[in-house]
Amino acid sequence: MKTNDLASRIPWTLVVFLVALVVPWLGSRYNTFLATQIAISGLFAVSLNLLLGTTGLVSFGHVAYFGIGAYVCGILMKTYAMPFSIALPAAALGAAFASLVFGFFCVRLTRIYFAMLSLAFSQIIWAIAYKWNDVTGGDQGLPDVPYPDLDWMNSIPLLGDLRIAGQFYVVTLVVVGLSLAAMRRIINSPFGRMLTTIRENAERASAIGVDVRRYELAAFVVAGGFAGIAGALFGIFSRGVFSDYVFWPKSAEVMIMTILGGIDHFWGPVVGAATLVLLNQETTSYTEYWSFVLGTILLVLLFAFPGGIVGGLSAGFAWLRRKRRGAAGPETGSAEVATVEVKRA
Amino acid sequence: MLEVKGLSKSFGGFRAVSDVDLAVAEGEIAAVIGPNGAGKSTLFNLITGHLQPTAGRVLVDGRDITGVAPYRICGMGMGRSFQRTNIFPRLTVLENVQAAFLIHRGQGPNFWSRSERLYRADCEALLASIGLAGQARTTAGTLSYGNQKQLELGIALASDPKILLLDEPTAGMSASETHESIALLERIARQRGLTLLFTEHDMAVVFSIAQKIAVLHQGRIIAHGDPATVRADAEVRRVYLGDH
Ligand SMILES: Nc1ncnc2c1ncn2[C@@H]1O[C@H](COP(=O)(O)OP(=O)(O)OP(=O)(O)O)[C@@H](O)[C@H]1O
Ligand SMILES: [Mg+2]
Repeated sequence: MKTNDLASRIPWTLVVFLVALVVPWLGSRYNTFLATQIAISGLFAVSLNLLLGTTGLVSFGHVAYFGIGAYVCGILMKTYAMPFSIALPAAALGAAFASLVFGFFCVRLTRIYFAMLSLAFSQIIWAIAYKWNDVTGGDQGLPDVPYPDLDWMNSIPLLGDLRIAGQFYVVTLVVVGLSLAAMRRIINSPFGRMLTTIRENAERASAIGVDVRRYELAAFVVAGGFAGIAGALFGIFSRGVFSDYVFWPKSAEVMIMTILGGIDHFWGPVVGAATLVLLNQETTSYTEYWSFVLGTILLVLLFAFPGGIVGGLSAGFAWLRRKRRGAAGPETGSAEVATVEVKRA
Repeated sequence: MLEVKGLSKSFGGFRAVSDVDLAVAEGEIAAVIGPNGAGKSTLFNLITGHLQPTAGRVLVDGRDITGVAPYRICGMGMGRSFQRTNIFPRLTVLENVQAAFLIHRGQGPNFWSRSERLYRADCEALLASIGLAGQARTTAGTLSYGNQKQLELGIALASDPKILLLDEPTAGMSASETHESIALLERIARQRGLTLLFTEHDMAVVFSIAQKIAVLHQGRIIAHGDPATVRADAEVRRVYLGDH
């Protein structure tokens, strides 16, 4: 997690943000489409990793909160013509509230039962979304969720040149960027440290005074809230909210993104999301056996790099650094740090 | 300071701890000894809330803490270590003790400050006092076994306990490590005025530092008192000490 001093001094969040911001001006609608999808999936995956990688909780039902966010935002904007600036926070709060209620029961169970109950709750949400015609549109879903009103952007140079999809991408990127920065801050806070102690050793955590269940619940609520933000953005991005957004394969998908990218690193899930979105696009244009390809990739990856893509990369860099140092002569302290990094990855 | 009255624990029909009475005075160093499976760890787990007793009470300073959750008991000034070393293996040594400082000082719900820099000086002072100053940045799980035990002691001390329960603090250590860590333990206990209750299989260790000893056998206390009394006890010699 801790790289060398130089790398840790660069504000990575900002760098990635600025690079990603350029995409819509490159002119390709398709690339903007992919970039939006990656940004939203990245946020969703990082929110899951707050449970998986930080707290050590395996939730198979994370999509429930994504879906609730999507529905709350979609319904408010479409049915009630509310502005995005209200619908988005409402989506986050709605998802966080649902996480609080469901999480209350989930954290009372351990490991596999926690995973199963979280899945069960998400299936309940799916059933409601599927059946409650008057509100969610049932199996027809909620088509034609409007874009936010972004006319104000037209008077701003550069931004005014973009199509609405490009402008919405900018909004998405800002929301995702702020959300990621907030989550990073939370992970590095004392609260975040408590979550890592639970992941590492719940028994010891309770013996130093951590109320394990309460902290797990808090993590569940925060993760749910950010998943809700991702869902809200996704509903607008895909111009509608449908019940398969809350169906369990979506939970599996985000889990795969997170693990594929690497759960031990903050950016791992984002890398995983980007990889999966791009691979999905590439392979579906060549072959209909997407899930077969995905399964194979996963198998290879899990055996070759148990720490995911980012875990594998950072282990590789640590190895290179050590080799270089080895050539330059032994340097005790840092060699030790490098070994540690490999272990973590 | 610490008082245990009629404490019992059954697992199914098996009575692991049976009607145990125990009192440890403030500032005292007391040991519970007994053969494997005597119920020592179970007794500790009952005291620190990790197990619920079938019967009996646990009092700290006259306050009844029976059945209180472990995370609360820690806040009441009781720290502990576990028989199987219990640290946060993938955090650094510094992060391990820092976590204990953070939660103990009410920073747990703080989700916005950077934890890295908080209580740095306290952490380093504590690590120095347990002989781990040079390893602050090492990942805890890669420490030697003896050092992990020291770290666990450090984690417990960070909560500034008044009573410390140590379940076999020197288990698995080499003779010299044992010697060092016992000297350290005694020094820290004296410095901080700690009340210490520990279990240990190494009789040399027990008789060198304990002021009071209770002997547990099949869940029951069969003898207790100062080291000389216990050493002379006929039943203790028969079931446990043998010819030591
Ligand atoms: N959770 C449990 N369920 C059932 N039996 C248990 C449980 N925990 C302990 N026991 C039993 O209770 C008895 C006492 O165990 P305990 O661990 O307290 O002994 P101990 O004195 O600490 O032994 P050792 O010196 O080996 O650490 C043992 O026979 C053990 O098998
Ligand atoms: Mg034991």
